[in-house]
Amino acid sequence: MDIKAYIASGILELYVSGSLSEKENAEVYEVLKKHPEAMAEVERIEKSLQQLSGALAPNRSDTIFSQIQSNIQEDQKQVIPVTRKRSSLPTYIAWAASIALLLGLFTQLNKNKTLKQQLVKNQIEQQLLEGKLKVAEEDLTTTKNILSVLRNKDILQVPLPGQKIDPTAYAAVYWDKDSEKVYIDVAGLPTPPPGKVYQVWSLKLNPLTPTSLGILDQFDDNKNKIFLLKNQNESEAFGITLEPEGGSTFPTLEMLYTLGTIES
Amino acid sequence: MQPTELIKGLQKKNQDAFRRIYDMYADNIFGVIYTILRDETLAEEVLQDVFIKIWNNAHTYSEKKGRFFTWILNIARNAAIDKTRSKSFRNSSQNLNADFFVDILEDKTNFSSKIDSIGIKKYIKVLEPMCKKIIDLLFFKGFTQKEAAENLEIPLGTIKTRNRICIQKLKEVLEIK
Repeated sequence: MDIKAYIASGILELYVSGSLSEKENAEVYEVLKKHPEAMAEVERIEKSLQQLSGALAPNRSDTIFSQIQSNIQEDQKQVIPVTRKRSSLPTYIAWAASIALLLGLFTQLNKNKTLKQQLVKNQIEQQLLEGKLKVAEEDLTTTKNILSVLRNKDILQVPLPGQKIDPTAYAAVYWDKDSEKVYIDVAGLPTPPPGKVYQVWSLKLNPLTPTSLGILDQFDDNKNKIFLLKNQNESEAFGITLEPEGGSTFPTLEMLYTLGTIES
Repeated sequence: MQPTELIKGLQKKNQDAFRRIYDMYADNIFGVIYTILRDETLAEEVLQDVFIKIWNNAHTYSEKKGRFFTWILNIARNAAIDKTRSKSFRNSSQNLNADFFVDILEDKTNFSSKIDSIGIKKYIKVLEPMCKKIIDLLFFKGFTQKEAAENLEIPLGTIKTRNRICIQKLKEVLEIK
């Protein structure tokens, strides 16, 4: 290599200015190792540029370095354990252990989360089932009550066949005279249209005197379609009419669905 | 000479070595930063940042990558250029009409004792305008040859030799004395 031509090319000036690529820098470095005169030229260029840039510096306050020092000392205090040179094996082991621990923790956390979600789900299901059970128990109690009423020999059973307006309609009254209760079984009556309600009447036949026993409101909600009403009358017959909501004082006879007399 | 032992000391976080490196390079670095920013307060801030970076990143320096001076020069230019994008720099907009380092030198009366101020003043008197521009871009602003050629609208091939001639003159003026 013609080292004089190399120096004259101006590459060393660019090298000092930092205007070369990483690859070119590495090439220059190799040349400098072999050619002391090139290295000497680099030193001269550097010194000149340092003189030039140093000449441009404003007067520098003496406190700057102490400020830098306090900054790096603060930093150093924080980083001492990390920057101290040690065998890297324990560090790797420590890292690996930390990562494993982290992964483990993470997995446990995830599991925990899943389990919690499962627990909540199960609790909700349990509540639902408990609710269903309660409903079923209530149903059972009601049904048992009804059964015991039907089996009671003291109770008077009065069938109420359908009338002209709906011959397929059917109802029955179970009258417990001693406790003055009547059970009205209306499973055979059609669901009343909106705004209408069935009303139960106790009748005296001679002369015909109707007395309202009550209205069968919430017809839909009563699953057994058996209503319990009070009856203090000396009834001779029972009738059920369809009345406007709230009931009527006198039965609307055109809307008489079922009627049955007591055989005595 | 490159202070090889001091650099090793610095890389081992030796505070004495750091102090001596600061003494060796602070003026050069301050000069470069000030040339870019033209504001003493901001330049001092950047100077501090640069030496903190030198302390923190010394282990990444390797002789194979280039001169140590070039390494810190790069840190300084980058930090100063970063600062020009900051709000505090835009608010300070003083002296921005001064384009080249020569303006600073012409106005300057007191120089650090380490500097050959007579030589430097002589240098700018004999320096051609093109030299002023080339040195400004390549050395103070850290342009690549290509960027400098485009900026000055001269052929890429001539940048390298022109730059050498300009720096040769500086060497001669400083060495004749």
